[in-house]
Amino acid sequence: MTQMKLALGPHQYYWPRQAMMDFYGHVAESPVDIVYVGESVCSRRHEMRLDDWFDVARVLAEAGKEVVFSSLVLIESESDLKVLRKLVGQPDFRVEANDMAAVQALIGAGHTHWVAGPTLNVFNPETMNVFAEQGATRWAVPPEMAREAMDGLLAASDPRPEVEVTAYGRLPLAYSARCFTARHFNLQKDTCEFRCLQHAEGMPLKTREGEAFLTLNGIQTQSAKVYNLLGDLPALRASGVDVLRVLPQSEHMSELLSLFRRAIDGEIAPADAFAQSQALMPEAPCNGFWHGKPGLEQYVAAA
Amino acid sequence: MTATHPIELVCPAGSLPALKTAVDAGADCVYVGFKNATNARNFTGLNFTDASMREGIRYAHERGRKVLLALNTYPQAGNWPEWTRTIDSAADMGVDAVILADPGLMRYANRTHPDLRLHLSVQGSATSYEAINFYRDQFGIQRAVLPRVLSLPQVAHVIANTSVEIEVFGFGGLCVMVEGRCSLSAYATGESPNCNGACSPGKHVRWEQTPKGMETRLNGILIDRFADDERAGYPTLCKGRFGVGDETYYAIEEPTSLNTLELLPDLARAGVRAIKIEGRQRSPAYVQQVTRVWRAAIDRLKTDGERFAVQPDWMAALNNVSEGQSHTLGAYYRPWK
Repeated sequence: MTQMKLALGPHQYYWPRQAMMDFYGHVAESPVDIVYVGESVCSRRHEMRLDDWFDVARVLAEAGKEVVFSSLVLIESESDLKVLRKLVGQPDFRVEANDMAAVQALIGAGHTHWVAGPTLNVFNPETMNVFAEQGATRWAVPPEMAREAMDGLLAASDPRPEVEVTAYGRLPLAYSARCFTARHFNLQKDTCEFRCLQHAEGMPLKTREGEAFLTLNGIQTQSAKVYNLLGDLPALRASGVDVLRVLPQSEHMSELLSLFRRAIDGEIAPADAFAQSQALMPEAPCNGFWHGKPGLEQYVAAA
Repeated sequence: MTATHPIELVCPAGSLPALKTAVDAGADCVYVGFKNATNARNFTGLNFTDASMREGIRYAHERGRKVLLALNTYPQAGNWPEWTRTIDSAADMGVDAVILADPGLMRYANRTHPDLRLHLSVQGSATSYEAINFYRDQFGIQRAVLPRVLSLPQVAHVIANTSVEIEVFGFGGLCVMVEGRCSLSAYATGESPNCNGACSPGKHVRWEQTPKGMETRLNGILIDRFADDERAGYPTLCKGRFGVGDETYYAIEEPTSLNTLELLPDLARAGVRAIKIEGRQRSPAYVQQVTRVWRAAIDRLKTDGERFAVQPDWMAALNNVSEGQSHTLGAYYRPWK
């Protein structure tokens, strides 16, 4: 059995350019195998120009990482398509398709080694085969998909794709044409004053009883709780998952990646790794989706 | 383009009486679903059995109207045969098109029933001509329903760059999120539009009169609380009041309906081929009211052309049946974003 790989998923937040550069500088030195780069949430975010992302990508590649460019999830304009064509047109790095426009562009360019991103809604083997025939070699499982359904897909997929499961982070749950951060400040998206820059991990949304429920991150809505499958590592292994995706956060990133690495390498028991991760999380854990339950629930893995 | 292709009015029906009402009130097409998880309005007491579907198709066809079948959820390995059987029945019964979201199902339909017309569901999240052309090139779709995320110029730009007919939402409940890319309901309840055909499903809803007011909960999560003088709305989770920073407000969207009646001439000029009315979960009375108004408006546009003006009684009739009794242009109007 091949060794499970560790991936850092695409950055969901909007940080100043230098903060982003510093972040990826640390990532280059971290024990991660794969790094997803690029702006996948909001086309108005441009602290990092495409050329900056290519610089980051080259540094990461020189450090021995596999680099993948994540495409924008919500494409609205011709300029969004232009950026997409640039990503697909470059020869050096793989692309993660997060929208069917990206798939169309990848097919047009004859790519045969791309990643079917979590927002492509691949839920059954027939759809997986459609994308596999067009060159998708890795499948990032939609977070809402339960382990059981994933197992069913894999059992019937031929060829079997490399499988990547989101294993840590606030879950991206929804995307909108509307910017909820701008809305909070009574601004329109087109004149948003880039308020996301002041919220390194989005804005907490609470119920009127004060319960942390969601996180507003521009046009994206995330969970408030932090998805964490460290305790479910034996099941992930048993299902043949090839890659674990950890999503970026503003603090303790290096410690988290090291903890995941040690858990994957068997240097620490999954339950202990999960226990240790609690101190590194900005909010309580959840893992319901993996267990086929409401995403915000938390289940203790069977021993 | 606008002169050669009249706009089709596509109306919802969650039952046989609603279908007949829609046809009688002037719908060109009625879209429907079967009583199972194969469609995105899988609500208790709603939708069609095989027998009522056959009767509905007969009723519509005798009057020269079309029936479109929504099969727009994403099947999984364990339940795949239920979806393909439904496509087979639809083809056998003679529906005029199936509305699909899942690429695997499109391939199945395209290969098994090459004459069956395919529409791309709004649940397919195609917001650009490149995405739409993917489905056309791969599966031969002939129409795409756009998610409620594009501004009017963006809709026109899509139409100018694809040979696929474009259908847009004209009226009804407003999804604020990109359809097909929203797991909020799954996060809160375990059931999602994508996989279960339900958002904020009724079995997870609790209404509770408390000293603080009427509270609405979804799987225990407080979605909103209403004062005595407020009308308590259904707890669709993106339309509740929440706290962000120091404010409590409709952080995502108010309970409001989409109403694009005043944009009708612009939509026609852009080359929109069909206008969809949301609301298969609504009553025949709603269907009748909304269909009548939109039929009158589309007919008036044909005769009045550039002189078209929205009639006050149309707006009054539509406001009567709107969620929250208010309406918005949604993303068609850029500042909404």
